Amino acid sequence: MAQILISDPTLRDGNHAVAHQLTAEQIRRYAAAANAARVPIVEVGHGNGLGASSLQVGEARLGDAEMLAAAREALADVKLGTFALPGFATMRRDLDAAIDAGADVFRVGAHCTEADLTQRHITYLRERGREVYGVLMMCHMAAPERLCEEARKMASYGAQGVIVMDSAGAFQPAELRERIARLVDATGIAVGFHGHDNLALAVANSVAAVEAGATIVDGTARGFGAGAGNTPLEVLVAVLGKLGYETGIELYKALDAAELAEAELVQRLPRTDSVSIVSGLAGVFSGYKGPVARIAREFGVDPRDVFFALGERGVIAGQEDVILEVAATLAQRREAAEVGA
Amino acid sequence: MATSVAGDPQLQHHQAGGARRRRASGGPPERLRVAILGTGNIGTDLLFKVRRSPLLECALFVGRNPDSVGMRTAAALGVPVSDRRIDAIAEQPEQFDLVFDATSAPDAAVHWEVLQALGLPVIDLTPAKLGALCIPALNLADCVGAPNLCMVTCGGQAAVPLARCIVETQPQVDYIEIVSTSASRSVGPATRINIDEYLATTEAAVTRFCGVERCKTILIVNPAEPPIKMQNTVFAKAEEVDLPALRRAVDAMVARIQRYVPGYRLVVPPLHEHGRIAMTVQISGAGDYLPEYAGNLDIITCAAVAAAEETARARLRGAGAAAG
Repeated sequence: MAQILISDPTLRDGNHAVAHQLTAEQIRRYAAAANAARVPIVEVGHGNGLGASSLQVGEARLGDAEMLAAAREALADVKLGTFALPGFATMRRDLDAAIDAGADVFRVGAHCTEADLTQRHITYLRERGREVYGVLMMCHMAAPERLCEEARKMASYGAQGVIVMDSAGAFQPAELRERIARLVDATGIAVGFHGHDNLALAVANSVAAVEAGATIVDGTARGFGAGAGNTPLEVLVAVLGKLGYETGIELYKALDAAELAEAELVQRLPRTDSVSIVSGLAGVFSGYKGPVARIAREFGVDPRDVFFALGERGVIAGQEDVILEVAATLAQRREAAEVGA
Repeated sequence: MATSVAGDPQLQHHQAGGARRRRASGGPPERLRVAILGTGNIGTDLLFKVRRSPLLECALFVGRNPDSVGMRTAAALGVPVSDRRIDAIAEQPEQFDLVFDATSAPDAAVHWEVLQALGLPVIDLTPAKLGALCIPALNLADCVGAPNLCMVTCGGQAAVPLARCIVETQPQVDYIEIVSTSASRSVGPATRINIDEYLATTEAAVTRFCGVERCKTILIVNPAEPPIKMQNTVFAKAEEVDLPALRRAVDAMVARIQRYVPGYRLVVPPLHEHGRIAMTVQISGAGDYLPEYAGNLDIITCAAVAAAEETARARLRGAGAAAG
């Protein structure tokens, strides 16, 4: 059976679940556990990647280089990965610093219709001898043909694989299977899948992706990640093993890493709660959950209404400022209705 | 290499005709003769604004591809066009008073070497950052006579004036952040490939105009259909805030910007949440080249026209003084 490359963004996507407050000690401890389990790539950083610590998305406790350095110490046998979104991360300020901090693998992302924003960053990293993957985010928002077109652009820039992110946890297995199969045919490079569990389909979707030809799958310990969480790594490893796929990960050690994550990283286990179901239905980026909850409380509006309004606006990752505008508008509308009544 | 335009009479007509006529009549020109270099989204939108200005005249619209949409649009309007790039200007520099550069950051640097040697002033709409930074609402008067003016970026034009209102009314603020979001259809290939320069130039403008060293710029390109209008949010880190003073300053600034960017509108007035000041403006375009959603074009082309008109006024005043 085929070899599947597992990439573990527990220490990157998981940062969304703790408002980007992971400490150096937490990063070191989890990286050591993942290293022991032989998870091939451990991805580290702010939830939105390099250069994304901000008032817009949330300020991280640690700088990018500090987070990467903490993980680097603990990763002897596996690769250190990082994530970069052009528009947040710049080559000179952020990519250079991550290379200096020892990152081996770079994922350069863009919204699923905007791959040309990644051209210079991907080219630059390849010139500097890094392993580079392109990431298409919020993939439920583009038709299969468009996804293929964007993935081919990333391949032409030098990406060694392209990762389909279901950033809103909005996919159903059947539609995902079709997209992955077409991408495998269209790109000639490795295709990967990164799931979110808003509709409790992350593991099922990951299996569908692999069956359709994906050879890279992301999972995080206990699903520690944005919104309803990611595909749980330990479940993914068990299921792929049962189906006969080779991941190279030691199951017991993966289970141990998950226990450690639950005990030491997670304040509250991500789960498919009311708000994240609505977020998945509305097709809104999972990372909005924390800010939406806080701002909805502040403005006295229903977070579910906020998510549906954001969905109608077609917001993509990185537009957290629109939450304020939407909440203010909903609050005004409610006040007007109260005055009218 | 310049491509041949043989067979297309409109494209061959690249001498600055209107300017020649005025020279023959003697006397000081009543309009500044400008060349627009770059025929993409920004150059073409700028052309519409220049044509509407009582103080400017587009003497030549210059690109590299005679079949580009911008070139066809200009030719159809009867504007003199050339596909011979910078050579079309360098071969007849006396025909122009000013050049707008709306190409890309690396190209603008090459053009500036040529134009500087010819003594032609440049208003640069790329993020190349070769000359003095110009945001009309903040430093228009200081910009007259500058050999090269950098119009920062669309996000910088929209947001830095609001950031200035924050630092003027909240002196404790030492960190500013700008988030600009534009519709995918309005963000052309040069802007996309120069996204890092875009961020760096916007941040340089925050430092220059607000005296704040710590700042960050974020650029988002949103593909929603129908396209979204350009939005800009300014954040500042602040535990305490004097919101009434900030609101007064922002209202005055919005009014000042509306004088040259009519579609500039405050959609989220200044508020304080989670240790941060936030406010959002939206820019509707005039719908000249791209539809109304493309306010990111208008905010920078209107600013460039405002800067050029100020130069034209200064020149008219100079001519008037000499005559009197």
